[in-house]
Amino acid sequence: MPKIALGPCQYFWPREQTETFYARIAETSADIVYLGESVCPKRRELRPEDWIALGRELAAQGKEVVLSTLTLLEARSELGMVRRLCDNGEFRVEANDVAAVQMLREHQLPFVGGAFLNIYNPESLRLYREQGMFRWVMPLEMGRDSLGALLADYSAADVETEVFAYGRMPLAWSARCYTARYHDLPKDQCGLRCIEDPEGIPVHTRDGELFLNINGIQTQSGRVTNLLPEWQNMADMGVDVLRISPRPEGTAERIEALAAEMRGEQGAVAAMSEGEVEDCNGYWFGQAGMQVVRE
Amino acid sequence: MELVCPAGSLPALQAAVDNGADTVYTGLRDGTNARHFPGLNFTPEKLRRGIDYAHRHRRRVLMAINTYAQSSGWAQWTSAVDHAADLGIDGIILADAGLLEYASRTHPNLPRHLSVQGSATSTEALQFYQELFGIRRAVLPRVLSLAQVTRLAEDAPVELEVFGFGSLCIMAEGRCLLSSYATGESPNTAGACSPAAHVRWSELDDGHLESRLNGVLIDRFEPQERAGYPTLCKGRFTVGEHTGHILEEPTSLNTLDLLPQLHAAGITAIKLEGRQRSPGYVAGVTRVWRQAIDRCLRDPGAYRTDPDGNVVLAGFSEGSQTTLGAYHRSWQ
Repeated sequence: MPKIALGPCQYFWPREQTETFYARIAETSADIVYLGESVCPKRRELRPEDWIALGRELAAQGKEVVLSTLTLLEARSELGMVRRLCDNGEFRVEANDVAAVQMLREHQLPFVGGAFLNIYNPESLRLYREQGMFRWVMPLEMGRDSLGALLADYSAADVETEVFAYGRMPLAWSARCYTARYHDLPKDQCGLRCIEDPEGIPVHTRDGELFLNINGIQTQSGRVTNLLPEWQNMADMGVDVLRISPRPEGTAERIEALAAEMRGEQGAVAAMSEGEVEDCNGYWFGQAGMQVVRE
Repeated sequence: MELVCPAGSLPALQAAVDNGADTVYTGLRDGTNARHFPGLNFTPEKLRRGIDYAHRHRRRVLMAINTYAQSSGWAQWTSAVDHAADLGIDGIILADAGLLEYASRTHPNLPRHLSVQGSATSTEALQFYQELFGIRRAVLPRVLSLAQVTRLAEDAPVELEVFGFGSLCIMAEGRCLLSSYATGESPNTAGACSPAAHVRWSELDDGHLESRLNGVLIDRFEPQERAGYPTLCKGRFTVGEHTGHILEEPTSLNTLDLLPQLHAAGITAIKLEGRQRSPGYVAGVTRVWRQAIDRCLRDPGAYRTDPDGNVVLAGFSEGSQTTLGAYHRSWQ
């Protein structure tokens, strides 16, 4: 049975909201919880030490805790933040940039390879495996057939495969902060305005189609990818972990629905997905990511 | 300081050489490189002729093999690497870790550059690629400020190449899925962004012109407005009450003004974007940059940007405007 993981929170929430959120997550059936700031180094409601302390609480409640590093690195100070996580000595780390991989391999520490390491073929998977990667997160734009071909080719069972199965997808990363640009503020005086939007800011086309979602320097999908109905197919293919990405509402319930269905309660996931007009699943079926494919 | 110029055809390659490129970068006519556009790029035979031409003029030719090898077509990517070696190319530009490993093992004497698509922005990342694959050079993503580029150059373990001019990717290269989200094809997987096969133009009854990408409305132009190619990140969208260029305007990068600083920082090479552009573009931008680099090298302290050069470059730019992009902190 695949494990259920909660990905790192991509949004910037007030500290109290974050603490309340993870207290609720602690009570769920999630097996793995990824913690930490993976988007913007200026978001410091929780500092690395706070995330590690939170990790201890979750670990005490039986969760596998993984610390996620920043994805786009620019300043030396940001490398320092990454190093602090890599050197934590307690929890394993999700490397979202090759710089983190380098730090971890220097210390011969096992790590999770984040989706933006861009592992698209078995040779790259093998290479990162040799550097200490024990689990990899499939690139978001990869589909069922490509993953199947990759896993069939790789054949060894020495690395776990994780799929981003639910949430707004991170699609792009930029030096520019689009939230600050929207508020007409310079990035260096952004006032951390992204804290006002617990789920980012929707971007519509001029004919009213929900398209993208602005989240600071990250651009997300406007639609929410929902591959949870595919969990059994994924399990059959050899997917080890399904990732659910935090949303302000309904995350714990969704984890429970998936867990219930995995326990044999048929229809739990479908019931949760019913009436969701913002869902998409195109990437998984080899289509444009924003498409909705019904098989 | 080396001038690295684009070529998507043999005439463009010759134009680059004739107008002062030190190095020309190219790609094969398939999905192994990030400018996989219909009718563009080289067959191995055409590339052989291009390499002959460049070598006769004592210039170098590189081949970009900088998409990510898809699991179903590994042999296509390795064969591109083998082709490059057979043709006697002067170096290959790669992003995929597995392919870098293949190239370093199979053709250890063929110089390897890390593509901008490899997204390396730090000393640690450069060390990773240098230690594992022996890269000689890395092309930096267009996300670093001038101060950050300068800082990185201080302890980079490899040569650094930066973009000087051309269409501006506003997202970290190699980490942008916007195109596949809308069309199913991205730079990483298919070597294309906002691919032309998905573009539809339609003129409305009231004279407005609409551009769509796989059905998604990217822009709508006033009757007299100049309509640009619907590159996804440069479209006009609505956020809250505001409609406009939410991500970026149609504009090109131009760093002529920064040449002395880039030179002082120890940047090895300046890259011009535009393998998809015409031989006329390649000739024009190469000439401007050749002159600028020569003047900068002669006397960096006295260097001033030639206004005429800027006019030429603006004429070749998206929306006829240029920006310093992320090099300038205020753009961010």
